[in-house]
Amino acid sequence: MDIPTDTPPKPSPVRDSTPSTAEQKRNARGATRPGDRIFLGLSRGSGIALLAVMAAVAAFLAYRASVALSDNTGNFLTTFEWDPAGLSTDGKPYFGIAVLVFGTIVSSIIALVIAVPVAIGIALFISHYAPRKLATPISFVIDLLAAVPSIVYGLWGAIVVAPNLTGLYGWLDDYFGWTGIFSYEGGAPRSLMTVGILLAVMILPIITNVSREVFLQVPKMHEEAALALGATRWEVIRMSVLPFGRSGIISASMLGLGRALGETIAVATVLSPTFLIQASVLDYGGGTFAQNIASKFGEADEYGQDALIASGLVLFVITLLVNGAARLIIARRKEYSGANA
Amino acid sequence: MAKRIDVSGLNAYYGSHKAIEDISMTVEPRSVTAFIGPSGCGKSTYLRTLNRMHEVTPGGRVDGKVLLDGDDLYGSGVDPVNVRRTIGMVFQRPNPFPTMSIYDNVAAGLRLNGSYKKSELSDVVEKSLRGANLWNEVKDRLNKPGSGLSGGQQQRLCIARAIAVEPQVLLMDEPCSALDPISTLAIEDLIGELKERFTIVIVTHNMQQAARVSDRTAFFNLSAVGQPGKLIELDDTERIFSNPSVQATEDYISGRFG
Repeated sequence: MDIPTDTPPKPSPVRDSTPSTAEQKRNARGATRPGDRIFLGLSRGSGIALLAVMAAVAAFLAYRASVALSDNTGNFLTTFEWDPAGLSTDGKPYFGIAVLVFGTIVSSIIALVIAVPVAIGIALFISHYAPRKLATPISFVIDLLAAVPSIVYGLWGAIVVAPNLTGLYGWLDDYFGWTGIFSYEGGAPRSLMTVGILLAVMILPIITNVSREVFLQVPKMHEEAALALGATRWEVIRMSVLPFGRSGIISASMLGLGRALGETIAVATVLSPTFLIQASVLDYGGGTFAQNIASKFGEADEYGQDALIASGLVLFVITLLVNGAARLIIARRKEYSGANA
Repeated sequence: MAKRIDVSGLNAYYGSHKAIEDISMTVEPRSVTAFIGPSGCGKSTYLRTLNRMHEVTPGGRVDGKVLLDGDDLYGSGVDPVNVRRTIGMVFQRPNPFPTMSIYDNVAAGLRLNGSYKKSELSDVVEKSLRGANLWNEVKDRLNKPGSGLSGGQQQRLCIARAIAVEPQVLLMDEPCSALDPISTLAIEDLIGELKERFTIVIVTHNMQQAARVSDRTAFFNLSAVGQPGKLIELDDTERIFSNPSVQATEDYISGRFG
């Protein structure tokens, strides 16, 4: 400050500032008025309660799981068997999750591979191609798809979808059977592939809806930048819409993946489970965490329940890892994202 | 390279609302023509009809003729995508592609056109950035995102992107309205250089700017809110600002309107 002033700066503010800053601090935290104090208490209480409930659930699960794991004679991670009652090992519990990890991940990946391109296509159609008259009913139908209960999907999958897939699987076996992945022996098509297809339909709405919202938020000026350079509609989408929406698409896919990993009753209805890992995704067999818990929980004794809870914890960890990975991907792209434009 | 624009009997609509009415004018090659007028008089709309960007807006519709060296841009069988490849545009707010590097931003237009060689591409990028007076500031960080530049640099990046494809006409829609005076000066100097190579049309709210950069000035006005905007007069910039032939122009320029 070069401006000459008549009065030199007073020394008093130093003395005054101590109480005034303390007061400001109190004001900033909003706890001086009764209403503010009550609201602060309520919101803080809710936050603490959430953490407490989470901690209680985690502690309970971890305790029950540790009970089961300490008596397990198999290797929990690599054993291809689920026999907590020890029926074939003289009463010694023998179980592991290898098959479940494989089945869960494979079926979810199949679902993502099918659902993501279709969902992006639908979202782009709604946001950038369809006239409003058509876009609204399509959005409505997609929302409706999300409201169908999973048991209904399960029944539809088992009764309608699966029987109709034998032809497709036979064709895949004819042309791609040599890969091993697509070999098909002709049994009931209640396989991981069928589960994956069904899961794809189930996660389609959430991926579509989130992507559509992101695509609609692309600033007009980014699209016009491409248009003014002489971009066709597809090129506008490639240059402006998809790059802007990339992190949104990733988040949407992860939300879908989360649902696919945890989907229970539809998978349990469609899959013919076996406790085996096989290369072919077309032959029936395999299993997923949630399906395994749902099918076995009812008949399990307390120790069997503990074993299932241990597998549930693993599913929880996998879901956490997936979410963490998604966040990493999004964070790394931040510099180039449209958000800072 | 630079081409002449002849507009005759042009009307533009938003749905049923007529935004501009019966505009006819000629823009000479290698000159700068400024559009001035009050907000809502349709000068930006008119600018956007010159590269067929107006019809991108839902309900946007145009009738009349826009001839680029005799070829009607609105003729049947003319692809608007090709029109926009030959008539570049710079917008009010700098809009580099946020996900692309500086280099890719400038190269974007060439990549759209498809035919280029890799070595050629970096030459064109350098030439365009030099042309936009930006090369010295960004040559060491061509692979950094364009959105990390300052507003004035971003706008010059957008100009580099527009001139990289060697358009015949360059349209600028208030290119300096979001910039500080120093960046504005940089862009105005640039416009003076670019008119050696391109036909330039610029919309501006800043009358000093129009007086500084343009050879010809067009004044647009509307008789009342909701009425279509019209071209009042187009003349040499000097004449418009010293001795306009229409009273409304003089009132606007001297600050006495209404």
